[in-house]
Amino acid sequence: MEKISGSQAIIRCLQEEGIKTIFGFPGGAVIDLFDALMDSDITNVLVRHEQGAVHAADGLARVTGEVGVALLTSGPGATNGVTAIATAYMDSIPLVILTGQVPTPLIGNDAFQEVDIVGITRPCTKHNYLVKDAKDLVSTLREAFHIARTGRPGPVLVDLPKDVVAKMVDFPEKKPIRMQNYQPTYEPHPGQIEKACKKILKAKNPVLYVGGGVILSNANEELTELARKLNMPVTMTLMGLGGFPGSDPLSMGMLGMHGSYTANMAVANSDLLIAVGARFDDRVTGRLDAFAPHATIIHIDIDPTSISKNVKVDIPIVADCKHALTAMNAWFNNSSDFNREQVAASHEPWLATIGEWTKKHPMGYLDEGDIIKPQYVIQKLDELTHGDAIITTEVGQNQMWAAQFYKFNKPRQWATSGGLGTMGYGLPAAIGAKMAFPEKTVIDVAGDGSIQMNIQELATAKQYKCPVKIAILNNNYLGMVRQWQELFYNKRYAGTVMEVTPDFVMLAQAYGAVGLRATKKSEVEAVIKEALATDNTVIMDFVIAREECVFPMVPAGKATTEMLLV
Amino acid sequence: MKHTISVLLQNKPGVLSRVTGLFSGRGFNIESLSVAETLEPSISCLTLVTRGDEAIIEQITKQLHKLIDVIKVTDISDSEYVEREMVLIRVKAEAQTRAEVLRVIDIFRGKVVDVSPKSYAVEVTGSASKVQAIIDILKPIGIQEIVRTGTIAMARASKK
Repeated sequence: MEKISGSQAIIRCLQEEGIKTIFGFPGGAVIDLFDALMDSDITNVLVRHEQGAVHAADGLARVTGEVGVALLTSGPGATNGVTAIATAYMDSIPLVILTGQVPTPLIGNDAFQEVDIVGITRPCTKHNYLVKDAKDLVSTLREAFHIARTGRPGPVLVDLPKDVVAKMVDFPEKKPIRMQNYQPTYEPHPGQIEKACKKILKAKNPVLYVGGGVILSNANEELTELARKLNMPVTMTLMGLGGFPGSDPLSMGMLGMHGSYTANMAVANSDLLIAVGARFDDRVTGRLDAFAPHATIIHIDIDPTSISKNVKVDIPIVADCKHALTAMNAWFNNSSDFNREQVAASHEPWLATIGEWTKKHPMGYLDEGDIIKPQYVIQKLDELTHGDAIITTEVGQNQMWAAQFYKFNKPRQWATSGGLGTMGYGLPAAIGAKMAFPEKTVIDVAGDGSIQMNIQELATAKQYKCPVKIAILNNNYLGMVRQWQELFYNKRYAGTVMEVTPDFVMLAQAYGAVGLRATKKSEVEAVIKEALATDNTVIMDFVIAREECVFPMVPAGKATTEMLLV
Repeated sequence: MKHTISVLLQNKPGVLSRVTGLFSGRGFNIESLSVAETLEPSISCLTLVTRGDEAIIEQITKQLHKLIDVIKVTDISDSEYVEREMVLIRVKAEAQTRAEVLRVIDIFRGKVVDVSPKSYAVEVTGSASKVQAIIDILKPIGIQEIVRTGTIAMARASKK
């Protein structure tokens, strides 16, 4: 068999997996890999900080459903990636992160740029490897991709010592991967499906509670079919947005801490909660004993540890969401007990009650003359992009307003750091998304605080002709923390006032991007239109109502029915 | 409630720290832990004793199972099982107590494995409670050092 270098073998593994773009930053330990990349058809996007590399790979993975790849050097390169790896881990995003390592004879000697990255990332990766023997390189890489994309997806890190990568290795043909100790359950148990479906037929006030698992398993069509077939209302988590069309009459929008009044009231009054690919996160449930207190709970999840972790589940279904929903749809189609018109009619009173809640407290905000309300900016973005843009966000108020006011009708047009809540996610993620879909409009909804956490990636956007648009909702505060301080800390704004903020218009120009500013409501539309029409990276600086709060809000530790409203 | 959990895992560097990291990271407690190679050298068997209510034990077994390097997880205390622990005790044994110490060791079917003019080192095997019992009895005489292995356990074979 022809021998090739370890680094060539790694590149060939990436090609085998269909990888076209990776995100990386070089260093001494990975020079060989960068050298081999140069001779391949894979584009390396040179980021300006390693956190940006992993977030960009994550953004690409979320919008495409493929595995994202980042290549970092040893030591600080690897540790700079950790926040972004943890971000992907919390949201179950498939990534393969390749890190350089010092040569094997030096491992453990505190060598230059040495760090035990396998030890550091053990709790924030799905799995990780240190390849000590060159003959394991190819099989390890293949296993890493397999683990990253199957089951509940997640990031897998492979640490590559410099001498291992330099060795000559065989490149055996790829065979299907079988791991004795890793076999995720995709197919639901038919008995559990039947039990669940029978329970659904008996329910008067059912609610579908949809999480990121529906997006990850591409189950949005099956879910939509089930919801419409049974005329059941749907609420989504932050990660689940787009899993069901946001403008469908059955959609109640997001639930939880900043969810809609309707969604939280519906869950609290439901007699049956069908959780699909969701994990009963504390931001969704609020006070646990008051969450869906009257409901029987059906929970579909591919990860058995998610089931009955926070809330006791009555009918667990361990399976891939798509497979489980397909089985449920088939059960109803074949069941003589199921009469579609009759069931649909039986849910009408429940839907009427839900309609009343929406009428009473619709998702909204108070208009104040020509002052820019952030919610208005999001509504305008939605309108002017026809709801069809890919939206990434930073974290905080900007993220919640984007989630509340952009109508996500399709999956994979939304990339946000849900579980970890990582400020600085949105810009690099937008770059990753735009690299995957150059023809689509990609907008990072940002705050003036969080945009500064990875602002350096503007240079990356420019270098790769990646005309992402950045909408900064600028209030000169770290707004979400300020909101908590206003509501629960006697307006003591400790550490949340951004006394110095750069001039974002000039900053954009310094990078060769375009900067636009709106200070009045009447200017918002023109700024967005100009940004969308510009074939360049654009920062839109919206100077918004300074002390606007995100409502509804369920204070931490309260029941989800105890919402603070507009 | 005390549970004894047996885990088969890949015998590779770092695997044990995945298990212990899982326990510390999720706030589960480990009362004892013992690990060694099985008949198949590429696989290790780990026995751990932990405490928790039903929901916690369910999470522990599921989370362990989720680790890629873990092959099999069994909550041995779900069925009939035998458990053993070994302890080495260095106990003071001077002229006036030597005979008493030997009698106690005999009752517990222990063995003297090291002798010095002023002490015995004793080996005792049994259930965790038996091990605790001899420690309690020898304590007043003067224990200088103890080393316990932690519990190992095996499910009883089916009687059918």
